Amino acid sequence: MAASLYFAFTDYDILTPPRWIGLANFQRMFFDDARYLQSVTVTVVYVAIAVPLRLAFALAVAMLLDTARHGVSVYRAAYYAPSVVAGSVAVAVMWRQVFGTQGVINAGLAILGVPPVKWLGDPDLAIWTLITLAVWQFGSPMLIFLAGLRQIPAELSEAAALDGAGAVARFFRITLPLLSPVTFFNLVMQTIAGFMVFTQAFIVTGGGPMDTTLFYALYLYRRAFESFQMGYASAMAWVLLVVVALLTALLFKTSGRWVFYEAKEGR
Amino acid sequence: MARAWAVTTGVREPTAPTVSAARRRREWLRTVLYHAVVAGLGFVMLYPILWLFASSFKAPAEIWTDVTSLIPRRFTPQNYVTGWAGFGRITFATFYKNSLIYAGVGTVAAVMSSAIVAYGFARIRFAGRGFWFTCMLLTLMLPVQVVIIPQYVFFTKLHLINTFYPLLLPRFFGMAFFVFMIMQFIRGIPKELDEAAEIDGCNHFGIFFRIILPLIRPALITAAIFSFYWTWEDFLTPLVYLNEPKLYTISVALRSFADPSAATDWGAIFAMSALSLVPVFLVFIVFQRYLVEGIATTGMKG
Repeated sequence: MAASLYFAFTDYDILTPPRWIGLANFQRMFFDDARYLQSVTVTVVYVAIAVPLRLAFALAVAMLLDTARHGVSVYRAAYYAPSVVAGSVAVAVMWRQVFGTQGVINAGLAILGVPPVKWLGDPDLAIWTLITLAVWQFGSPMLIFLAGLRQIPAELSEAAALDGAGAVARFFRITLPLLSPVTFFNLVMQTIAGFMVFTQAFIVTGGGPMDTTLFYALYLYRRAFESFQMGYASAMAWVLLVVVALLTALLFKTSGRWVFYEAKEGR
Repeated sequence: MARAWAVTTGVREPTAPTVSAARRRREWLRTVLYHAVVAGLGFVMLYPILWLFASSFKAPAEIWTDVTSLIPRRFTPQNYVTGWAGFGRITFATFYKNSLIYAGVGTVAAVMSSAIVAYGFARIRFAGRGFWFTCMLLTLMLPVQVVIIPQYVFFTKLHLINTFYPLLLPRFFGMAFFVFMIMQFIRGIPKELDEAAEIDGCNHFGIFFRIILPLIRPALITAAIFSFYWTWEDFLTPLVYLNEPKLYTISVALRSFADPSAATDWGAIFAMSALSLVPVFLVFIVFQRYLVEGIATTGMKG
């Protein structure tokens, strides 16, 4: 770790010893490297869209599965299955073909009479293939939500129903507040994970077209292991660490306002 | 919501038979509707995976002409035969072997070392314990990117690039996630057991191997499953350290195999992709219970 911090202030290509250049890496990053700024924008957009969508799906499905009906465990396994293989290259390879010009999505659209769309070739659309991939894999937050829902005593909902609260009111007034600690946990974990996405972008889009899916982790990898600019890449890694840490701190700070802890848990 | 409904309608009320019949019919309708919606959604979720497996059994000509169908017109194992041959005279047998070494040795090493470290943190009072524990928690949220660059430099200096050492060595020092998880588990074991063993003449090693280890088996299994997944699917580490095709793990091999500029035989690519997912799904099906409980109780990401 210390070594990484030191490299961040150097110009280092492994072959020759590192050369101290002070803050030059950071200056280049923020002021001279347009691709860097592009990668920041892309990553922020991705996290801001994919994480809330994924959590919304996870919660919706968790509520569907929070029942004592037969077959729920089978459904739970089916919904979780895509997340088991989440990071694998095989799924990324498959995803590229699903959204390919000849792929399943276009074949489905053709049935509806829609002409084929270049999902991966269009700068405006490429990132959406990665967002759908992320949303598709909502398994782990779903399981955590499900565990959270099981903790909520059914009596609360019933009492509210007797008092005349409709399903919508019960959801917003009872389920959601009682679930807020779980939601908070999921939000923190998924946000951190969102910033680190690498394999999917590397395989599905390769950062293109026109750098519209050049995720931070992907750009960092290219700098470090394709151009061997270890110093610059270390600096990038540290900026990422600081940003993620700050963001986590910010989430914790604002959590007092919307995360509701029951008295016995609050100590 | 759904449960509240189940509870209220589960109550048998002594009403007229016609009313109860209508109610039962409504209940039945709701059940059917529920299953239709949930199963339908589940099908959409699983569709891409089913499609991958179906395509891997289709004849090459059929894959793109009959894209959406999930049932091949004619089952053929041909794709698996041509795919298994791999590329550059290296078959997928080699890639499988490499992945098994990485995932097998890596998992055993990670789980055992994590258990020992967790025992140390949970039961032994030593100077600077708080400090080291904080350090470990910090590495929990550290991006891989921060660690991998100095590690790469370190292993380059030792001339260990293109060997399995850079992949396996770090696993022998425990992984923060598992240390934390196993620690929480050890804390739930009554200390009296340790003390009794100590009176009977056990030292720390004795306590660990005879008392703690058998009791934390569920935590070890959960950790092993996750470790296996993460290692089997790991892409970045082998990509960085292994540059010779004969050392490729499946994930790196698949990527070269499916290189968009060179790939033509999609049947073979789909077959090998599907094959690479088989161990993962097998573990998932066999150990589902541990997995679900593991995520629910520790809040781990999958």
